[in-house]
Amino acid sequence: MNDAAITVLQVMTLVLVAATGAAVVFTRQPAHQMVGVSFFGLILALMFLLFQAADVALSQIVIGAVALPLMVMLALGKIRRQSIEQDKKEHGE
Amino acid sequence: MIFYVACAVAAWLFLVGVYGIATSDNLVHLVLCLVVVQASTYVLLSAVGYRHGGVAPVFADVTQTQTTVDSVVQALMLTDIVVEATVVALLLAITVQIKKRTGIVDPNNVNLLRG
Amino acid sequence: MKFPLRQLLFFVGAIGMAILYALAFAHLPGPEGLRSMYRDVINLQTVEQRHITDAITAVNFDYRGFDTLGEEFILFVSVMGALVLLREEKDQGGEKVPDAAWPARSVPPGDALRVWTLWMTGPVVLFGIYIVVHGQLTPGGGFQGGVILATAPLLIYIAENLEVFKRITSHEWIEIAEAIGAGGYALIGLIAFFYSKPFLTNVIPLGPGGTNINVLSGGMVPLIDLTVGLEVAAGFVVLLYAFLQEMLVKQGDQ
Repeated sequence: MNDAAITVLQVMTLVLVAATGAAVVFTRQPAHQMVGVSFFGLILALMFLLFQAADVALSQIVIGAVALPLMVMLALGKIRRQSIEQDKKEHGE
Repeated sequence: MIFYVACAVAAWLFLVGVYGIATSDNLVHLVLCLVVVQASTYVLLSAVGYRHGGVAPVFADVTQTQTTVDSVVQALMLTDIVVEATVVALLLAITVQIKKRTGIVDPNNVNLLRG
Repeated sequence: MKFPLRQLLFFVGAIGMAILYALAFAHLPGPEGLRSMYRDVINLQTVEQRHITDAITAVNFDYRGFDTLGEEFILFVSVMGALVLLREEKDQGGEKVPDAAWPARSVPPGDALRVWTLWMTGPVVLFGIYIVVHGQLTPGGGFQGGVILATAPLLIYIAENLEVFKRITSHEWIEIAEAIGAGGYALIGLIAFFYSKPFLTNVIPLGPGGTNINVLSGGMVPLIDLTVGLEVAAGFVVLLYAFLQEMLVKQGDQ
């Protein structure tokens, strides 16, 4: 009884993982995609939990849903800052 | 049965991620599609390690006579997740440098061998 | 290559890969055939042999400790590589930009945000230390706790501005801590040489076992957890600081 319930939950989470992965790829703007990657990390952690991998789920939440979107956000900010500076230089000349 | 479903999802994630990398027009979008490709290996590894009716191998609450899932494969997955974070950090640093030197973030137009 | 040609090429490759993948999995013995004796043996042996209840930490830091040493050095070297890539060049213009990551922060953070993030900093640091120290008892360990510890200065950056963040994290001690963490793992492995055993053998007395397993059991594993946690935390703080750095200042300032 318990095993059947866990199997059903695992199949549902796997379908959700596939759908969220496709959504992450088909979002073209990096700023929007970053939110999607954070959500994808959370769904992956749920999948790890259902497959009885507790340590891996903790690691995935901490790295894939906190540290990774953070680095992407900071890189995006730096790129946007550089493009503002480069536009200013072009229009100033 | 769950094994084959997980393998199919792993193949789907891999192909979708590679499609995103091949048809990308922004370097940061490309790096995040690489994250999806790496997630396909996690799905496959957790399906390999899972045993039907098993519990997590943390013996503080679980007695030794219950069936547990594989712990060696989970050690592999931990290394995989840490390496994913470092690869993304390096690729983002390269992207910032490309933007600084050429002003372009479109992988179709980046031509680094230009004089 | 134009877009539709690229997509056509991709679909041809994808269909080929899908067919080969399905054929490969049809010829595998299936989930029951992928069992091996090694993992059953390890799951039965961790509590008696090493007095560790978290089998994954035992595999990571004890039975397979050498691979984790390589993984820690991957982290160390990639942080170094990202720092090199994000370095400032000395011959840029003389503009000083106060907050390089965001265009001028004209809206200061609200009071509710500041109160909440400043009060959460203490519990986050405590939680990170708890996860690092209890790595061999419950799910956790050096890597997870280290990343949790690295988000604490970031909360302070969100609440205040860049100058406060720099005051906390721009000391040399953070880089020295990262080096101590990375080298400490290798030095702990050298302790086994004094007992004429191979590198990274668990030779420190194992501590209480049976039902009394606490934070001191496991031999070398708590020490390795501490060094790995230190290295990961310091490495991520240094990496975040490199991403947040301001662009370089004056020209004649060598």
